[in-house]
Amino acid sequence: MSSLLHLFVLLPLVGFIISLLIPKKQESLISWIVFGVVGLHFIGSLIFFTIWLLNGHPTLNLPDIALYRTDNYVFLVDFYFDKISAVYLFVGGFLTFLVTIYSRRYLHREEGYKRFFNAMLLFYFGYNITIFAGNFETLFIGWEILGICSFLLIAFYRDRYLPVKNAYKVFSVYRIGDVGLILAMWASHHLWHENITFSKLNDQSLVHEHLSSHSMIGVFISFAILIAAAAKSAQLPFSSWLPRAMEGPTPSSAIFYGSLSVHVGVFLLLRTFPFWENQISVRILIVVLGLLTSAVATLTARVQSTIKSQIAYSSVAQIGLIFVEVSIGFEKLALFHFAGNAFLRTYQLLVSPSSVSYLIREQFYNFIPRKQTIENSFPRKIRNTFYMLSVKEWNLDSFMNRILWTPLNEAGKMLDFLTTKRLLIFFIPAYIIGVVVLDAHITLPYELHEYVPTIFALVGLISVLKAFSERKNVLMSWMMIIMNHFWLVLAISFNENFTHNQVYLYLSGVVFAGTVGYLCIRRLKLLEDAYDLNQFYGHAYEHPKIAFVFLLSCLGLTGFPITPTFIGEDVIFTHIHEDQAGLAFFTSLSFIISGIALIRIFSRVFLGPHIKTNHETAYRSS
Amino acid sequence: MKIHDSVLEVQETEQKSFSFNEHDVLHELKHFLPAQAPLKDFIHHNTLHAFQNLKFEKATHNASEIFGYKVSLPLNEFRSLYDNGKIRKDILEKIITERKGEANVVEWLERLTTKPYNTMGNPRIGLLRLNWKKVYHVDLDLSIQPILFRILCSYLDQGISMWNFPVQDKGFLSSIKELERNSFTSFFKTERVKNLLLHGDYDISSLLKIIVGDESLYKQYLFDQQFAHQGWAGMVATVEDQPQTLLDTKKISLKDLIIFELLLEIDLLDDKFGKIWAPLATRIESKPVDIFAEVAETELSEVMAIWQNAYEWTYYNQVLAGIKIAPANKNTYTIKSFQAAFCIDDRECSIRRYLEKLDTACETFGTPGFFGVEFYFKPEHGKFYTKLCPAPVTPKYLIKELGTKAKKETDVLFTKHTHSLVRGWFVSQTIGFWSAFKLMISIFRPKESPTMVSSFEHMDPVSTLTIENKSITDIENSLQIGFTIEEMANRVEGQLRSIALIKDFTPLIYLIGHGASSVNNTYYAGYDCGACSGRPGSVNSRVMSFMANHTKVREVLAARGLVVPEETQFLGGLHDTTRDEIAFYDEKNLSAKNLEIHKKNQAIFAKALDLNSKERSRRFESISTKQTPEKIHSKIKTRSVSLFEPRPEYNHATNTLCIIGRRALTKSLFLDRRAFMNSYDYSTDLDGKLLFGIMKPIGPVCGGINLEYFFSRVDNQKLGAGTKLPHNVMGLFGVANGTDGDLRPGLPSQMIEIHDPLRLLVIVEHFPEVVLQTIQKLPEMYEWFVNEWVHLVAMNPETKEFYLIKDGAFSLYQPLAENIDKVTDTEVIETSQENLPVYTLN
Repeated sequence: MSSLLHLFVLLPLVGFIISLLIPKKQESLISWIVFGVVGLHFIGSLIFFTIWLLNGHPTLNLPDIALYRTDNYVFLVDFYFDKISAVYLFVGGFLTFLVTIYSRRYLHREEGYKRFFNAMLLFYFGYNITIFAGNFETLFIGWEILGICSFLLIAFYRDRYLPVKNAYKVFSVYRIGDVGLILAMWASHHLWHENITFSKLNDQSLVHEHLSSHSMIGVFISFAILIAAAAKSAQLPFSSWLPRAMEGPTPSSAIFYGSLSVHVGVFLLLRTFPFWENQISVRILIVVLGLLTSAVATLTARVQSTIKSQIAYSSVAQIGLIFVEVSIGFEKLALFHFAGNAFLRTYQLLVSPSSVSYLIREQFYNFIPRKQTIENSFPRKIRNTFYMLSVKEWNLDSFMNRILWTPLNEAGKMLDFLTTKRLLIFFIPAYIIGVVVLDAHITLPYELHEYVPTIFALVGLISVLKAFSERKNVLMSWMMIIMNHFWLVLAISFNENFTHNQVYLYLSGVVFAGTVGYLCIRRLKLLEDAYDLNQFYGHAYEHPKIAFVFLLSCLGLTGFPITPTFIGEDVIFTHIHEDQAGLAFFTSLSFIISGIALIRIFSRVFLGPHIKTNHETAYRSS
Repeated sequence: MKIHDSVLEVQETEQKSFSFNEHDVLHELKHFLPAQAPLKDFIHHNTLHAFQNLKFEKATHNASEIFGYKVSLPLNEFRSLYDNGKIRKDILEKIITERKGEANVVEWLERLTTKPYNTMGNPRIGLLRLNWKKVYHVDLDLSIQPILFRILCSYLDQGISMWNFPVQDKGFLSSIKELERNSFTSFFKTERVKNLLLHGDYDISSLLKIIVGDESLYKQYLFDQQFAHQGWAGMVATVEDQPQTLLDTKKISLKDLIIFELLLEIDLLDDKFGKIWAPLATRIESKPVDIFAEVAETELSEVMAIWQNAYEWTYYNQVLAGIKIAPANKNTYTIKSFQAAFCIDDRECSIRRYLEKLDTACETFGTPGFFGVEFYFKPEHGKFYTKLCPAPVTPKYLIKELGTKAKKETDVLFTKHTHSLVRGWFVSQTIGFWSAFKLMISIFRPKESPTMVSSFEHMDPVSTLTIENKSITDIENSLQIGFTIEEMANRVEGQLRSIALIKDFTPLIYLIGHGASSVNNTYYAGYDCGACSGRPGSVNSRVMSFMANHTKVREVLAARGLVVPEETQFLGGLHDTTRDEIAFYDEKNLSAKNLEIHKKNQAIFAKALDLNSKERSRRFESISTKQTPEKIHSKIKTRSVSLFEPRPEYNHATNTLCIIGRRALTKSLFLDRRAFMNSYDYSTDLDGKLLFGIMKPIGPVCGGINLEYFFSRVDNQKLGAGTKLPHNVMGLFGVANGTDGDLRPGLPSQMIEIHDPLRLLVIVEHFPEVVLQTIQKLPEMYEWFVNEWVHLVAMNPETKEFYLIKDGAFSLYQPLAENIDKVTDTEVIETSQENLPVYTLN
């Protein structure tokens, strides 16, 4: 019975691949395939669900599949099924099925009909991996897929400015969450000395035994998990991305940001609950975070004057409460609450255009001029302050700007003196020296050797910062990101000797994706005389194929699970020692920024309003 | 003194180009901004109304150079239409000959069909403010627009937010000031601006002096600034001038908006550069071209104009040739079975054709769907009045609805409790699950629900209406309740005479208004009757029927020589154009004999509605037109209640013609639902007195509809609303993409995708001299025709020759020969999804 789980994961993937191959004019064929896949999946899951219940709803753990194995490292794909997965499977399957049927007609004649359903199936694939994941590594695969699908669906209207800008923004926030997960994986590797599965986390005595001796690592892991969950579920301080994600067609906003995607953070908490169950400080932190988010989001929702942002903030407030419920240990209530909230928000978003006629009719018959609300009883100055703060979303958006964009831009600006030439003059010799030293086994003084990995990681970080802040040269930006990976490998190699195989594994993806991306940039240079990184160019309008291939190479380079680099990243992290916080910090920072920088290159060159105005182009304000 | 004044005046005009007159600039700005009212009052209008003082070709070219709009199909699309025979070669050559002379035909033909042109647009708007990014490296719009839109939307909100803007009574800027004064936080980051606002030490010029510095650039700066978010600016300007378009009225002005935005800009610049930064004018190398400087004609603009005309005349020529060869007296019985008047709306073309086909003895009419009665309507329990007449008219009458039975249904999932924290917690765990069930039902079995807009709910059919005035002192809010006998008689007489229904009355005469039903449709008001200010025409048809049936009114009419036989009864009704259903009102008042006739007729109406829905279905991908009419009809009904259906109907998407004349002109033609049809008989109005009343609204109403579709079609991004799928409802008065975007006026792509951008061709059956005299009576009416925003052809009723107006004079137009096939309508509609050519009917 449990082997069926693989089918649930594979079915959307197969559907996705088939749907990619259908020509985009074949609307009805595309929609039938998607309908078939999602329908089959839903019905299958209902049958599975029933049998599972009749068998006394056992917790299922599937044998691992080792994707990669060395003497001291193994990357396992592991699947797991319990009542949490069951609820997420049912709610996800039900809503995806309904929204698929809805969208088949709703998106008729829409440019991008195929893209929409491609992204939808890929999303569903990622969702299933996530909810069936039996360990962090597997969950991370699903997690990454969800992130990139979000980017694609928010930027669905890729020829307009705001969708692209917001997709980029949301992707960046997600990236922070991703790093939370990477760090949690890193630390737990050191804690357990194995790929810990979620089923083992249920073993109270095992968890207790490990944590009692490493309580700091325990707190660190929980905190990293919380960051990942908060980013994905739009809790403080990340909340402001959710309303901004409502840029795609209404059904996609409904299913992703109304229901499924936004509750994945809750899933992560439920899944890891046994791990932090006994860490009282963490549980208190989650309760406080949840309550604070609920309060701020409720106030913000109360002043929202657009229908979708109102639903978004109301949903965030409820998710805050769900966080609290999870933390207190009311797992069943949290699951129930999740399902109700997901259904409610999906429905509300889907009928949101009806609100005009419905609410105006209400107003026509029931209007009370200058209606007093509870806030009118507050002292005037307090009332005004709260109102203004809520309209400004409690400065959450500008806060994210301040902690994310401003430092990055400032740091990048400091690197302006680094021209291509200077960089090459410094980087290439330095790298060669590094490799020579390493290869010749030259023994460095201990004090120096200790710092070398961190210094090289820092150089890698500088090169991605440069890539991020570059405004002109696309190619250079691209090369800097490739270089970052090389620096990291070098840094880790100094850390400890590990096999060339692992280096090849990591760099093979980098080199391949890097070359393909390079060729795309060259090809585009031949076709278009002008583009840089200072504005959006929208070249996907005329060169959708190049755009697609380039996107794939960007994904390859960010460590998306399509090249071995994905596993390589995990391998690399296992070689960072638990006392090397600096190295871990720089490496993870490089991962965040390189991902953001890559999506930035892709967005600037291929997305946004098309630079050529010989056809209808949208206003920047739309 | 006198001399002195005039000298001053001369100096003033000389200075005018670089001195800044706030009042004039605001006035001009408003004129150019989009004029679309809030959604509930969505009424079609000419999107480029600001250019209407110019000839169409010049106007559109200017608009395109200044604001960057696309104003026709792209060049390559015209060329492929030509290659596919959709633009006739001989017509193209004819137009080139007229414009360029016979000698140049070959050369211009080559230019049109093969010569490559650079079709990139480089609009003038925005060039000045572009320097913020170029020179100052600061993106003002990116930082300011989101918060500006949020504050504006919160202020104007009609009922989305639960906690309203705390201060409102004083106007927008004063409310902001009040908030700033009494708060621990601020919308601004820096002190200077906050102090400026609080101490009232500002006006537009003084703020512009800080930002721009050079007075000669002020106007351009404001245009740049406001056109960077023309949707919001236009909405503010509209609400300022027509506050009644918001039920919860708000005091706001464009001036307030501009001042607030300028303050936000200074704030941002202060924050970025400290207090000292040089105004924009001092840092730019050369002034950008003045946006309103003369726009030069180009070869390309001429090429595009020729294509546009050739495209139009390829179709018009068919229509005129069709009218010419159509048999004049098809099926004109002296004894008629029944008469029915519908709205002139293009959507009513086909239902009339099917009625006439199913009952060859019946007679149909077209007239503006408010049936000549103008009033405000107050539904029972309503807190507001609804205007039921064309938008420019301000009625003096009020009609109230009494004795309703229907209950207003509500949807619990729309309640605001779902958005509060604690109640939201209960709700999401209780009715949250109910919504899953509802969602399933609405996807698998769509049916009527409180979320939908139904034309039939506009008025309860069992209610009574206060149509007859009891005494002239019966006044509510300075509106007279009901009409006096005299006032009723005037309106009935006007209505009957204008459509020449003055003899041969049948026992039963139907007056059928129209409305539409849909769900999940923010544009619902645009689907209803334009002549009723975007509402269904049910009340009007009922009111007019009551008046015409009134014995005292009949007496007055008889005294005026208009004798309506005693047995004749008028019956009001409403045609739902989405669902293809008709409801009749006050059938209980029919005499026994008429009731019997009515019962017989109802079967005909039902059949005609089935056929009509079949004809409409050919445009819908999801319904096969080959099925039986009954089956199609039920699918059409489901469509109107389906949440996931963005095209419940295609509204005016095919409009191209407006025919003012006797039904006999077009009765034997298949016009594919493309014509507004106003019944009119020149022989009853030789001096054109009635014609004036009919022609007056043709420009603003039919022309307005046509041009809104035209411009939304040719530039759906800038002049239309783009695809409606990502739309987000803003404050219940507008839509935007996502949550941060500018408002999107115009029509969404789903409404215009099947529209061919052709200007309206108005065909009037009357002598050219009379037509010319008539349209010249009002300059604003004349402008529509002389500036060619609509084409006008007069058809001499005696010779059947066509005369086309050009530069203020009519000249003979001889249609080129056409092959017009003879078809049966029920068959030809199954052949294609595209626009069909003109046919004659079997």
